[in-house]
Amino acid sequence: MQLQNNKLIDLQHITKSFDGNMVLDDLCLYIRENEFLTLLGPSGCGKTTTLRIIGGFETPDKGQVLFEGRDISDLPPNKREVNTVFQKYALFPHMTIAENIAFGLKIRKKSASYIKDKIKYALKLVNLDGFENRMPDSLSGGQQQRIAIARAIVNEPKILLLDEPLGALDLKLRQDMQYELIRLKNELGITFIYVTHDQEEALTMSDTIVVMNQGYIQQIGTPESIYNEPENAFVADFIGDSNIIEGIMIKDELVEILGAKFVCVDKGFGENNPVDVVIRPEDIDLLKPEEGTIDGIVTDTIFKGVHYEMCVMARGFEFVVHSTDYFPVDTRVGIRVDPFDIQIMHKPESEDEKAVEIDE
Amino acid sequence: MKTALGRIYLTLVLIFLYAPIATLMILSFNSSKSRAHWGGFTLDWYLGLFSNEEIMDAFRTTIFLAFLSALIATVLGTAACTGMQFMKRRDRSIIMGITNIPMLNADIVTGVSLMLLFLAARVSMGFTTVLFSHITFNIPYVILSVMPRYRELNRSTYEAALDLGAEPLYAFFTVVLPDLMGAILSGFLMSFTMSLDDFIITHFTQGPGFDTLSTKIYSEVKKGINPEIYALSTIMFLVVLLLLFFVNYKPWVKKPAGKIIVTTKTQVVVTSGKGGS
Ligand SMILES: Nc1ncnc2c1ncn2[C@@H]1O[C@H](COP(=O)(O)OP(=O)(O)O)[C@@H](O)[C@H]1O
Ligand SMILES: [Mg+2]
Repeated sequence: MQLQNNKLIDLQHITKSFDGNMVLDDLCLYIRENEFLTLLGPSGCGKTTTLRIIGGFETPDKGQVLFEGRDISDLPPNKREVNTVFQKYALFPHMTIAENIAFGLKIRKKSASYIKDKIKYALKLVNLDGFENRMPDSLSGGQQQRIAIARAIVNEPKILLLDEPLGALDLKLRQDMQYELIRLKNELGITFIYVTHDQEEALTMSDTIVVMNQGYIQQIGTPESIYNEPENAFVADFIGDSNIIEGIMIKDELVEILGAKFVCVDKGFGENNPVDVVIRPEDIDLLKPEEGTIDGIVTDTIFKGVHYEMCVMARGFEFVVHSTDYFPVDTRVGIRVDPFDIQIMHKPESEDEKAVEIDE
Repeated sequence: MKTALGRIYLTLVLIFLYAPIATLMILSFNSSKSRAHWGGFTLDWYLGLFSNEEIMDAFRTTIFLAFLSALIATVLGTAACTGMQFMKRRDRSIIMGITNIPMLNADIVTGVSLMLLFLAARVSMGFTTVLFSHITFNIPYVILSVMPRYRELNRSTYEAALDLGAEPLYAFFTVVLPDLMGAILSGFLMSFTMSLDDFIITHFTQGPGFDTLSTKIYSEVKKGINPEIYALSTIMFLVVLLLLFFVNYKPWVKKPAGKIIVTTKTQVVVTSGKGGS
């Protein structure tokens, strides 16, 4: 699914366990030059561990990390051409902002005038001109975060690793920073590997999203494809609200859900095979009774600002529906879904949702 | 009612703690050698003290010993804390428990066991054995002071330094150490104080012809009490008090100091009690 050209980082069959607990199991992933790639998944699924393996802070038990085709698995962090923005900022508290930013440049023995220019440039880039002589603890969380980014990018890394960098910020600031980060990425033209458990953040910012769960990659794709064509129930459930219903694939382009036959566009699931069916709340049309494929009764209605969120009980299943039309509670409605809004998925083979094979 | 009772109780406690020391201080300015009546104010005992070669010798030894043992203990203790950071939590708490034992152990037991160790190893007693002993009992104080600071330290600053290209040692000295400096300084001062203050362990590990101020005082007192000793004890008490003030209020740390205050506060009580003896 990913393009093969310009692999910058290539993780090959990475396995990592802590004290006997498997955290990453045979993880394969590559990141192309100039990509904004997001690792998305619930807390504890191994995102940070993956990032730390790329940064060199953890050594994989098995597998290799390739950087531009070279094996860097044994290279210590200080020798890698990547820089990290840590979750808790990790500014050096006893150094001024200027000293913080200059840290990496001094190690690289850059001239004083070069360092001075770079500090000025980086502070301008993150909209904090004139902060050179402040101390980190006199800055707000959002400002510290931006300094952490400035400190990383002055070293002109090929890749910037960001571990939930906006996690500690409040909603408004987080949205502002999302735009700032996208602007920065475009201005600098470097590769971003971004970690978050916030699906909205991932959908807004990324070129590519890697959905992870329990150390396995569930799906890799563009935000659109992850949202519109989730490959399994976990992804569908994790990305936005979804109606996930068990169904039976009667034949190509025809699926039976809740005893009714729905026309869809998916093929190749065999005949009379059990499947999971995903229908997004905004893709359900509510009509008059008898006009849809099945009928249901509205059990709950909430106004969400732009649309109404309604629960519709039909044949024992409660659908979540988003619509700009208002239907009061206890209204009988018909439910209809366009064929291309029905997403068919293979049923997971095992309980704990084994990895979906990603064809490379 | 309650507060009045509380005040009286507090006053009594303070009197019990400080009356002996106050007596000692007053007597050190008494021109009469008698402990029973006041013969007028004098500084003679202090002047006599400074011209007493033996005491000045012991003084220099004490300071040198305290400085050197505190310095070595600080380096070793800080290194130990650094090492413990890389241990698993369980191993770390075991080591912490072990390092705490010497602090709780009675000085006399520590003193006697060190003496037996030196005898068994056939080391001749003298400055080296005393120095070794002082380092031994000082290390736990350094660990006690540095370890909590390590805990609250943001571990990712070290990793951030590596990430920016620093070698591990450079990262330690430029990023980790400055953050620990306050705690290390406290540990050093505490060790210095403990060393100044120690009598029992020094007594058991000293050789002939070696004296610190406290062992000197002890042997002088055996010969007969001399007001010069009051003067000397007064000075020692004030020096220790001053040091403990620095340890507790850490004027070199901007934000109010953490837990360690509690431990050193009890230490204030313990040492001031000793200082008056
Ligand atoms: N140093 C470590 N020692 C032991 N377990 C760890 C360590 N680092 C991570 N883990 C475990 O590995 C799992 C994945 O952690 P992590 O990669 O931090 O997840 P995420 O960033 O996705 O929340 C968690 O169960 C966590 O407890
Ligand atoms: Mg994490």
